[in-house]
Amino acid sequence: MAVLIDKNTKIIIQGFTGKMGTFHAEEMIKYGSNVVGGVTPGKGGTKHLDLPVFNTVKEAVDSTNATASILFVPPAFAADSAMEAADAGIRTCVAIVDGIPSHDMIKIKRYMRRYSKSEKMSLVGPNCAGIISPGKSMLGIMPGHIYKEGRVGIISRSGTLGYEAAQQLKDLNIGISTSVGIGGDPINGSSFKDIIGKFEEDDETDAILMIGEIGGPQEVAAGEFVKNNMKKPVIAYIAGLTAPKGRVMGHAGAIVSAYGESAIEKVEILKQCGVTISKNPSVMGETVKKVLS
Amino acid sequence: MDIHEYQAKKLLAEFGVVIPRGGIAYSPENAENKAREIGGSKWVVKAQIHSGARGKAGGIILCNSPLEVAQATDKLLGKKLVTNQTGPQGKIVNRIYVEEATDIKKEFYLGLVFDRSSESIMVVASTEGGMSVEEISKEKPESIIRSKIEVAVGMQKFQAREIAFGLGVAPELINRTADTIISCYRAFSELDATMVEINPLAVSGQGQILALDCKMSFDNNALFRRNQISELRDKTQENPSEVYASDRGLNYVSLEGNIGNIINGAGLAMASMDMIQLAGGEPANFLDVGGGATPEKIVKAFKLISMDKKVKVILVNIFAGINRCDWVAEGIVQALDKIEINVPLVIRLAGTNVDKGNKILRDSKIKYIEAKSLEDAANKAVKTLKL
Repeated sequence: MAVLIDKNTKIIIQGFTGKMGTFHAEEMIKYGSNVVGGVTPGKGGTKHLDLPVFNTVKEAVDSTNATASILFVPPAFAADSAMEAADAGIRTCVAIVDGIPSHDMIKIKRYMRRYSKSEKMSLVGPNCAGIISPGKSMLGIMPGHIYKEGRVGIISRSGTLGYEAAQQLKDLNIGISTSVGIGGDPINGSSFKDIIGKFEEDDETDAILMIGEIGGPQEVAAGEFVKNNMKKPVIAYIAGLTAPKGRVMGHAGAIVSAYGESAIEKVEILKQCGVTISKNPSVMGETVKKVLS
Repeated sequence: MDIHEYQAKKLLAEFGVVIPRGGIAYSPENAENKAREIGGSKWVVKAQIHSGARGKAGGIILCNSPLEVAQATDKLLGKKLVTNQTGPQGKIVNRIYVEEATDIKKEFYLGLVFDRSSESIMVVASTEGGMSVEEISKEKPESIIRSKIEVAVGMQKFQAREIAFGLGVAPELINRTADTIISCYRAFSELDATMVEINPLAVSGQGQILALDCKMSFDNNALFRRNQISELRDKTQENPSEVYASDRGLNYVSLEGNIGNIINGAGLAMASMDMIQLAGGEPANFLDVGGGATPEKIVKAFKLISMDKKVKVILVNIFAGINRCDWVAEGIVQALDKIEINVPLVIRLAGTNVDKGNKILRDSKIKYIEAKSLEDAANKAVKTLKL
């Protein structure tokens, strides 16, 4: 079924009636995503885009059986919305928003520890482009048409670099099972390792392209997971070979502060874990093609 | 966001950390008066810049009289201090902190940071106070004590005590040390800090536990709820182009090369910089105009890059998603109508409506070099430079 979302996944929009929520809900519906309603506290009982609006995520889930949600709420309220989704039984929640305080992210992650592994929501993001299973469903803000349906999984911290990869693959006639943007923040809902494990179990994915960058321990943790648990081939590109140490490069999480966090170190460690490295961002597609053949 | 030492000390003192008596001064006379006010017979004059390693750069001077305090202040005020953290351009000293000298018996390192692996707050301590944490982890890694704090319940006294015992603090000072550590934890968590560092944390001859030097950094994403902190920002300590950029919602980092960049998205921007280097060039900057790349942002980006005198060629690389290339192209045309660019321009558009976008550029009167891919763009930028 690809990972996280497929054709039948019922989606609600949190922050439905706002400008961003409305615009992207329309885009998702156009793409074919199964959007079943939305939440805006205080506007419950009304209709928006011909879909029902609810006051709480719980009401929305009870009434629509939605299992996925996407947040279009300002950063100050995003943590609250994500926890509300987790509590209402949402399985996959995407937070697009850039600017959630790190302390709030830690709070969300701590809150979610109350759920057993089987009941735990996958939070994707924040500060990401979302998820797309091409030809099936889009739970994000990406340009859907650059994603060709197929059997390569993509995981990317960066939004536009993920687009770049999708376009390169499409130009080589290679399709994608699911592309997941995990976001550029220091603490994110799902890590490379969390998502890569899902791709390993997915029978519609043959290989995984991981697009990392400087900063944080995630790529290395994923490399170790690949070495110990993965049978499918993994290809990686790490951005930021030229980034100076100790500076934040746009993404709040893109800062080198410890060993194993620079691009060169990450590339070396991933190689040792059996990951095929795309030498530069222009050959991500070609590198995947080589590995597949 | 970084703040000055004296600001960090004041904040930590509000949470119960003991600090030496001191005051801020803006002139030698001011500093001399502060020294008399503070009293005692020895003072430390400390240059306030956003950097560590000020001692080695001559920014910290021990004085034996109020007159010496005035002289030291005169020497430091208005000077650019270059430390191993400031870069070659250094940072200007606009404020002086005059502090009573402490009779130091022992020095420790104490730091609090986010631990991205465990997604908790990590307290790091060492007996090797005065050295930087990088030096400690290289030279005395065995001296480092780490303690992960569960944010839901906060730091417990026993955890702080364990650290204090680990540092070998005398039994009668254990409680005082533990309280200091807990105060730092509370400041970290209640002020949305991303880093608190006391180095050194000193044991004085009188048995006090004192913060002699402090550093604090804060989460920019949380400043909306921390007015008290955002007011402490000192723009004179930041790179002027970076201040200009951040005031206009652009993510910008000034670098050493001569190829200016305008890119949408942080990842794509880093990737483009990498491609430039692989092609044999050096980026002059990192600039992310945001995933959306609105025409307004593009105008601002061109203005910013045109201010950078070292830029000899500009590379624009936009991958349009929900925003379309035709819209981005119109933004570029508008920008170049308003801003005069005297260096060659390489433009690569990709994504939604790329053909329409390229047509708009070709039909406009802009002089530019069209690039098809990321690699093509980097190669053309570097080649143009060598012509």
